[in-house]
Amino acid sequence: MNMLKVENIHKIYGKTKVLAGVSFTMEKGETKVIIGPSGTGKSTLLRCINQLSPPDKGRVWLEGIEVTDKKTDINLIRQKIGFVFQEFNLFNHLTAVKNVSIALEKVKKMEKEEAHKEAMNELKRVGLKDQADQYPSQLSGGQKQRVGIARALAMNPVIILFDEPTSALDPELIGDVLEVMKSLAGEISMLVVTHEMGFARNVADEIIFMEHGVIAECGNPDKMFKNPEKKRTKEFLGKISSLYGEE
Amino acid sequence: MLIESLPQLFEGLKITLGLTILSLLLGSVLGILMAVGRVYGKKPLVFFIYIYEKTLRGIPLLVIFFLIYFGLSQIGINFDPFTAAVLGLGLRSTAYQAQIYRSAINSIPTGQMIAARSMGMSKLKAIRYIILPQVLRLSIPGWSNELTIVLKDTSIAFSIGVIDLMRQGRYIYSVNHELVLQVLLIIALIYFALVFSINKGLNYLEKKYKMTGFEIEIER
Repeated sequence: MNMLKVENIHKIYGKTKVLAGVSFTMEKGETKVIIGPSGTGKSTLLRCINQLSPPDKGRVWLEGIEVTDKKTDINLIRQKIGFVFQEFNLFNHLTAVKNVSIALEKVKKMEKEEAHKEAMNELKRVGLKDQADQYPSQLSGGQKQRVGIARALAMNPVIILFDEPTSALDPELIGDVLEVMKSLAGEISMLVVTHEMGFARNVADEIIFMEHGVIAECGNPDKMFKNPEKKRTKEFLGKISSLYGEE
Repeated sequence: MLIESLPQLFEGLKITLGLTILSLLLGSVLGILMAVGRVYGKKPLVFFIYIYEKTLRGIPLLVIFFLIYFGLSQIGINFDPFTAAVLGLGLRSTAYQAQIYRSAINSIPTGQMIAARSMGMSKLKAIRYIILPQVLRLSIPGWSNELTIVLKDTSIAFSIGVIDLMRQGRYIYSVNHELVLQVLLIIALIYFALVFSINKGLNYLEKKYKMTGFEIEIER
């Protein structure tokens, strides 16, 4: 049984076919990176997995449970799927530590003190112990995103989906976030949509190259960077690498 | 004579405050529910709320009072004047407050709801713990405006026989004709002082509960 199985996902917005049959699987502890030109449905794919936007066709299983089944309690499933957003989406009225603990209290029904303790642990893990009592507006972009990661981690998910986690950050703040993500590799499954080629190359177990709503090519970083089967993959990687650098 | 009538005015003031508090409470609870229903509800509910808001905002308060107190009694639904006044003020305030909360809800970035749902919160929980706490903070200025309107409009309740501050005043000057101006001035002063001090208090609340980073500060 695969930890995550995505089968033949289709998604149409109006007349645009955003996803046209995407299938792949993931195992426990794996890190997969999705790359591809913008508008190819990478973010939509992530949202199809946790049903923020349910696919029009296709199925998703997490640990053997069909996520796409209407009878499945989606709120229960989502607790196991962390999500980290490009725009952070921290709760503006709550301090950093409260951002992390609120779902523990209200969704997992933890005692207040226990939830606080747990939240502090996660903040320590991402290096933000000292910022615990600050509000999102008082944090830098990189700090916000690390709170976002701590918030996802606190739920103790089996997988975390990252939707371009560093794209909204100033270049000098990206490093901290990537460091945190690297430290998680192997401990927790990660599915990451990103343009950070350094991260893809050094951390990913597999790179998935998407274009026009389908997986054009996938493979381990070595193959993808050195001997891609398709010309288009090579082109894209070459272009992105020269733009973003290779670490 | 004027001094002697003060306790009587005080009795009326108590009724006025009772009216204000109860109708505001009714308006706030229903207003929040309607705002949430209008933003997150299904089509028929949204339509019903829309019609409700439009209707109640389009009818003069005096007409609402008369409809509830005299109109409904014709079909066998009888309220005492105080209850009728609370209903009239409260139901009208609901329509206005729903607007206040709705615009506050709409000003909250959609990412807040999406993030809450992605962590396994139900829609209701997300509204309760993530959306409403932010909405209420943003609504304080609009709400304090509504409060002063309701407080002042309680004076119209004397028309259906509520013995509020206004009516007590009328009792006094109708037996002491030489006091008309003085009594009315005192009543005006009482309303003014109430509105003034309540606004001061709410300003303080607004500052205390403002979300850090959401203040607008321009140095020059």
